[in-house]
Amino acid sequence: MMSDLRDWTIASASDALEKGEVSSVELTGAFIEAMEAGRTLNAFITETPELARERAAESDARRKNGDARGPMDGVPIAMKDLFCTEGVRTTAASHILDNFIPTYESTVSGNLRDAGSVMLGKTNLDEFAMGSANITSYFGSVKNPWTPEGANANLVPGGSSGGSVAAVSGGLAIAATGTDTGGSIRQPASFTGLVGMKPTYGRCSRWGVVAFASSLDQAGPLTRNVEDAAIMLQAMAGHDPKDSTSLPLDMPDCRAACTRDAKGLRVGIPKEYTLDSMPAEIQKLWDQGAQWFRDMGADVVEVSLPHTKYALPTYYIVAPAEASSNLARYDGVRYGFRKDGASLDEMYELTRGEGFGAEVQRRVMIGTYVLSAGYYDAYYVKAQQVRTLIAEDFKKVFNDVDVLLTPTAPSAAFFEGEKMDDPIAMYLNDVFTVPASLAGLPAISVPGGLDTSGLPLGLQLISGVCQEETLFRAASALEEAAGFTARPGEMA
Amino acid sequence: MSLTKDDVRKIAFLARIRVPDERLEPLAGELNNIVGWVEQLGEVNTDGVEPMTSVVETETPMRKDEVTEGGITDKVLSNAPDGEGPFYGVPKVVE
Amino acid sequence: MTYLIQGETGDWEVVIGLEVHAQAITNAKLFSGAPATFGAGPNENVSLIDAAMPGMLPVINEMAIEQAVRTGLGLRAAINKYSVFERKNYFYADLPQGYQISQYLHPIVGEGVVTLDLSDGSTRDVGIERLHLEQDAGKSIHDQDPKRSMIDLNRAGVVLMEIVSKPDIRSPEEAGAYLKKLRAILRYLGTCDGNMEEGSMRADVNVSVRPKGADELRTRVEVKNVNSVRFVMQAIEVEAERQVEVWEDGDEVVQETRLFDPNKGETRAMRTKEFAHDYRYFPDPDLLPVRFDDDFIERIKATLPELPDDKKDRFINDMGLSAYDAGVLVADRETAAYFEDAAKGRDAKTVANWLTTNLFGALKKLDKGIGESPVSAIHLGELVGLIEDETISTKIAKDVFEEMLKTSKAPGDIVEEKGLKQITDTGAIEAIVDQVIADNPEQADEVRGGNDKAIGWFVGQVMKASQGKANPGQVNGLLRAKLLG
Ligand SMILES: [Mg+2]
Ligand SMILES: [Zn+2]
Repeated sequence: MMSDLRDWTIASASDALEKGEVSSVELTGAFIEAMEAGRTLNAFITETPELARERAAESDARRKNGDARGPMDGVPIAMKDLFCTEGVRTTAASHILDNFIPTYESTVSGNLRDAGSVMLGKTNLDEFAMGSANITSYFGSVKNPWTPEGANANLVPGGSSGGSVAAVSGGLAIAATGTDTGGSIRQPASFTGLVGMKPTYGRCSRWGVVAFASSLDQAGPLTRNVEDAAIMLQAMAGHDPKDSTSLPLDMPDCRAACTRDAKGLRVGIPKEYTLDSMPAEIQKLWDQGAQWFRDMGADVVEVSLPHTKYALPTYYIVAPAEASSNLARYDGVRYGFRKDGASLDEMYELTRGEGFGAEVQRRVMIGTYVLSAGYYDAYYVKAQQVRTLIAEDFKKVFNDVDVLLTPTAPSAAFFEGEKMDDPIAMYLNDVFTVPASLAGLPAISVPGGLDTSGLPLGLQLISGVCQEETLFRAASALEEAAGFTARPGEMA
Repeated sequence: MSLTKDDVRKIAFLARIRVPDERLEPLAGELNNIVGWVEQLGEVNTDGVEPMTSVVETETPMRKDEVTEGGITDKVLSNAPDGEGPFYGVPKVVE
Repeated sequence: MTYLIQGETGDWEVVIGLEVHAQAITNAKLFSGAPATFGAGPNENVSLIDAAMPGMLPVINEMAIEQAVRTGLGLRAAINKYSVFERKNYFYADLPQGYQISQYLHPIVGEGVVTLDLSDGSTRDVGIERLHLEQDAGKSIHDQDPKRSMIDLNRAGVVLMEIVSKPDIRSPEEAGAYLKKLRAILRYLGTCDGNMEEGSMRADVNVSVRPKGADELRTRVEVKNVNSVRFVMQAIEVEAERQVEVWEDGDEVVQETRLFDPNKGETRAMRTKEFAHDYRYFPDPDLLPVRFDDDFIERIKATLPELPDDKKDRFINDMGLSAYDAGVLVADRETAAYFEDAAKGRDAKTVANWLTTNLFGALKKLDKGIGESPVSAIHLGELVGLIEDETISTKIAKDVFEEMLKTSKAPGDIVEEKGLKQITDTGAIEAIVDQVIADNPEQADEVRGGNDKAIGWFVGQVMKASQGKANPGQVNGLLRAKLLG
């Protein structure tokens, strides 16, 4: 057994399991210990060690019989607590889902289970995935395993998949699931030195995933490297007739695409992604990324996505609008928290007033407002029109380039407490990730380097609809060029 | 466009969220900040632009008209905070 | 047939529009695979989707789309090849998602028409504004516990077609005729069973009044969920009268939702706070727009049965029925089919007569529908056949019919068994005639003296003597020849 659990990847674990160097029970046991020892991170809302041991034993038995199910079989992973898991409490990090135990398994978590992976537990997140710092969870905020020397406050892990990245980056799991609505996989990956990938909208079924904004929500993997992301995505994705927006297409072989080089790849640098307020280090890393691609024989060109500036405000109309409706089902009647009232309306108001946290309430109210009589056209319809323009911008650009290269986030991880009283400052975290979300495009964050205080920074690649193979090809080339090996606690 | 305390009260009721009176004013401020910020979309010329309905351009899938579900009363009710026999219970509704 | 309310200030006209919720005939629900049937135990016909569990998603039932298109075609309406499901957001105990998935800006069916068959045999067209698909809500049960309501979601998600008329209806009678005609069309099409008692067809009635001759529309009131044709007519009557009083008192009718109380014969305002409704419709992001092509529509068109209006035209033009009879016969698909079976090869008018007067009357007494009629269509046709070929007289036929009601036997068998065959042999009839004249010399003299009315008395006597079997025409002829000849 490797002494540093952070050395494990899906690929290496799968290899070791196959060669019989380690059993899934041993591997899982080690991660369960790490999970328990790492509780200070608050990465997990619910730990499921018994279930994990059971599944690990089943995996070992399968392997012994020669029935191993592929590279995920026996690999211990963490599950974002937004995926409904049969018989295992699912909270969405909200008080309103108090003690909710689904009688069903989401398609994605079910796919991963069927692929043989071993679920260690359910990871913390921003309440209903609404946030960029994992500070809105009813179960407390998550600590970023990366800590600058001498700091006496905690860094946020990013959000909303904060528990998932903390678990992987802190060595409590080999990989984890995330969900991304406006950047919730990519931004936390950037904050923790991980790879975070959001596939084309419709690749991963949304069935059984607690909904935030239906037209944007996509599940994806959070892993240590690009190859792992390809392996895990393969297990998660696929057509699901239970989700009307699921793509009726097979996933291409993204793992194979990881072995191709970047020669001749056309890489676009969208000029509108340059922000006045952006730290110089981010600009520097971005320039460096472009240079790496040039060095590898790619054609790097500047391109224009003229409506970029409007992506964030568009997102902050569309996502809350959908959320306000999606969250109407949390009414205290059929499951979850209920606060009794004298009338039905009072019961609703008290239940939702107490059951939802402040940020969720804020977004539900914004969403309610932009859909309400007299404002619908001015806000919601307008935003959906701008969204069309944003998607068209991308479509045009992808006639000329294969991928786009941008920073993942406008800053490195920040301290808990920062940006907290200004929602808009917090929303700006997603400025680079939101446009691809609005257009439903696949995108990935790859660790690029460290800033001067030793914190990881990610670079984002975006490709055209269903062009995951190209995306993985570019991402693995970028990964190789960046040669990122830093780990939390081992900072210079 | 600026939201008043009264507007916030109405929105909160539409959303069925109890907001304590003393929170209405500050909340109006927070919401106004956000609304004011998203209003920059007004700058964009969207004449003749179709609002997006879906990012996926596929055919609407349809189900066959077959009974494939139901008969799971226990599962449907297993999380009910106020179950009463095979029903969900709520405070009395007067029509 | 103008319907006017006499107020103190003058005559008032009623303006009525109907929104009918018709449950489409499907096996499963609109967006889930749970059964759409009635009568299951509480929360038995409920899937995780219907209970709005976290993460559950809707998938459209293709039969719902077909039934809506079929109905649209039956309403001679525009079929929209592009339609969109939207969410109608509001909170209610029996609405698990917190929104109803419905269609708003882009319904699946656009403008159409329903032709009313009125009691005087005239017709009138009522415009259809639209038909859209939507989910039904669950059911709240209020009378089991003093403090709580119980929720049963069996109906949540069942397929409803909301059929909205234009405000073209002007009287309770027309409203009744509209509902009956709409129900007939739905039943012909097989898209809704039209059972108002079970709730598979429910009407919301929009009523306003205005001074006779006025063009403007005044504030309308919606009377919700009226569940029989009779109640719809009553509700309109009392609501219109209430509104006239309000206006004449110098007050304003307020736009509101009211409920009809059939026991008290009045409408009352609903206590739920309507003012707060703001449905915030927006396209459901869990569903893609519905698109289909002309082929799809043509395929459904090819399966349409002959509809009541066409049938009625055919009954009038090809079979020689009166507009009134034709209207009555086509009002119900089964009745029309019965009639057509019975009339095969017979005189259609005679068959129609027997059906509308004798059979309908008898069934009403027996409290049975045409489907349970003890007299089959074939037998009724045979009975008319026996009259036509003079095997029996119309009078005897009535006795035979009574027997058919009791025994369900074929009329030929009854005639045979009871020896009811008409006597057409002139010699045999003449013998009876002679006998009757001989037995009644005084009456015979009276006729001969010029009172030909008394001849009727002789006909009766001869018929009696023949136990009704003598051919009445022949009897009449012989009597005239012998007494007046
Ligand atoms: Mg309506
Ligand atoms: Zn309706």
